Amino acid sequence: MKTVLPFIAVVILVLLPLFGVTVAHQTQIFFGVVVPYTAVAVFVFGFIYRILQWGKSPVPFCIPTTCGQQKSLPWIKQDKLENPVTTMQVVGRMLLEVLVFRSLFRNMKTEMKEGKAVYGSEKLLWLAGLAFHWSFLFIFVRHYRFFVQDVPTAIQLMEGMDSFFQIGAPLFYMTDAVILGAVTFLLVRRVYLPQIRYISLAADFFPLFLILAIAISGILMRYFFKTHIVAVKQLAIGLVSLNPTIPEGIGAIFYVHLFLICVLLMYFPFSKLMHMGGVFLSPTRNMANDSRIVRYINPWNYPVHVHTYEEYEDDFREKMKKAGLPVEKE
Amino acid sequence: MYNTGKIIAGLVVFFILATLPFLLNLGKANAKIEPSIDTPEINAMPKKHCVEPKAFMRSEHMQLLNNWRDQVVRNGNRIYVGSDGNEYPISLQNTCMKCHANKKKFCDKCHNYMAVKPYCWGCHIAPKENEA
Ligand code: HEC
Ligand code: HEC
Ligand code: HEC
Ligand code: HEM
Repeated sequence: MKTVLPFIAVVILVLLPLFGVTVAHQTQIFFGVVVPYTAVAVFVFGFIYRILQWGKSPVPFCIPTTCGQQKSLPWIKQDKLENPVTTMQVVGRMLLEVLVFRSLFRNMKTEMKEGKAVYGSEKLLWLAGLAFHWSFLFIFVRHYRFFVQDVPTAIQLMEGMDSFFQIGAPLFYMTDAVILGAVTFLLVRRVYLPQIRYISLAADFFPLFLILAIAISGILMRYFFKTHIVAVKQLAIGLVSLNPTIPEGIGAIFYVHLFLICVLLMYFPFSKLMHMGGVFLSPTRNMANDSRIVRYINPWNYPVHVHTYEEYEDDFREKMKKAGLPVEKE
Repeated sequence: MYNTGKIIAGLVVFFILATLPFLLNLGKANAKIEPSIDTPEINAMPKKHCVEPKAFMRSEHMQLLNNWRDQVVRNGNRIYVGSDGNEYPISLQNTCMKCHANKKKFCDKCHNYMAVKPYCWGCHIAPKENEA
């Protein structure tokens, strides 16, 4: 159920624009203008709202999870990236986490062998995760050629790198193969491994199916069911220059691609995909392990009335003197 | 809110990145892309037509060229029969570019707009054009 339902949902999301645009041309305005604007608004403001909600949650303790030698005596070498104490070190650690998924690299698998639990390293998830995220980013940035009129050299360089092998025409992009392979792996992993299947929810399968459908529709559009790309750019520029137009000659496949992306954008703020912003707000990653250097104040603490020794002595100084007890202030 | 400064700074970066296409196109008009077919060869045609219908050409010409190349280089077949029954010698320089002799005002019009740079012209010779 939790696998089939999201699959059916994505199939419906594909059929909706497919039928809409082929049966009634008027719906092009809906799928080409109304939905994209709504999606961008929901994404941007939903994202900001979620981050602000998180920002309002207090962190009661200093809880960085560390995995290296902590700062100690001068002759003991500190592991600055795995156990940071300064902000710069935290930034370094965060970069390592965000750019190369450092903590996923530690992923282990546990198996029962001859009645004993054995642990082994498991780098495949890290590799597939990294391949997926980087190819997604590469494709996403490359798509800027649809949204700016004088395409910057940097993006043209990326296109050149991606199509380095110059296979066919239009040139084959490497990232297209990588993203398909990686998403398929991530999907198969959830279906094939019984432990992972057990903990997977519909909310884990839906984004995978959706992203797979986006990638497949894009790849079909580039290499197989081709459409009028110049008109697509006219539509895209129209949208971002707040002057929407629906040019003639764009195939239904484009509206499928666009609609799925809009669904992804609208789904984003309410789903686990928010880990994109959330990783920066994770206390186990973004705090310095300096609780032995600076006192960590729990923001929950209500003001506690403390009675210090000095105040105690002020209260009882005369009595203490009479009893012959030593006092600090005469 | 906690860590307000850092969170707001992060959100500002997010907002700018997310709306960058809008910011970059602020107040810019959409360019009109009209590839010119004003060449002597085409003007001399009684009924102006390409090797295939226009809608097919504008979306599929790269694959057509790829097939043409394979036909010549792999199969040694130098004749293409269009879907309308007309025969054309298969050649980038001597067929396409004979009619579309105005590469800069035709092919490059679309390609510059889309930032595609076909690498064909490193070997194949582009038609000579006087105006830049
Ligand atoms: C209607 C606009 C238009 C015209 C006119 C046009 N092209 Fe293209 N061409 C495109 C687009 C758009 C692409 C890129 C398609 C894509 O990225 O999927 C392209 C891609 C190509 C490619 C593949 C390049 C690559 O790097 O993938 C070749 C080769 C090509 N065109 C040759 C030509 C030639 C030769 C002419 C002139 C006879 C021409 N085109 C005229 C729009 C046009
Ligand atoms: C016989 C002359 C002739 C030949 C040969 C020819 N074309 Fe064309 N081409 C035309 C004409 C005329 C048009 C305009 C068709 C129309 O408006 O219906 C055209 C249109 C096109 C278009 C669409 C332009 C647009 O505005 O959308 C493309 C792309 C194109 N040609 C590419 C090519 C390529 C690539 C070749 C070589 C495979 C080629 N042509 C060979 C005459 C020719
Ligand atoms: C490395 C140099 C080189 C590059 C780059 C190149 N070609 Fe060619 N091309 C050749 C050679 C050599 C032939 C064989 C010529 C012959 O046998 O007549 C050929 C033949 C062809 C032919 C059939 C014959 C003819 O006269 O046109 C086509 C069509 C063709 N190429 C298209 C392309 C396209 C489209 C591109 C760009 C995407 C391209 N070529 C890039 C070298 C090149
Ligand atoms: C989440 C964002 C998106 C993803 C993951 C995505 C994915 C893809 C992929 C994998 C391809 C295959 C070719 C390539 O790699 O360039 C593609 C092509 C394409 N995409 Fe997207 N896409 C996204 C957003 C968009 C948007 C917003 C548009 C609207 C303009 C769009 C329009 C197109 C078009 C027109 C093509 C065909 C390109 C060509 O023929 O060269 N995509 N997309």
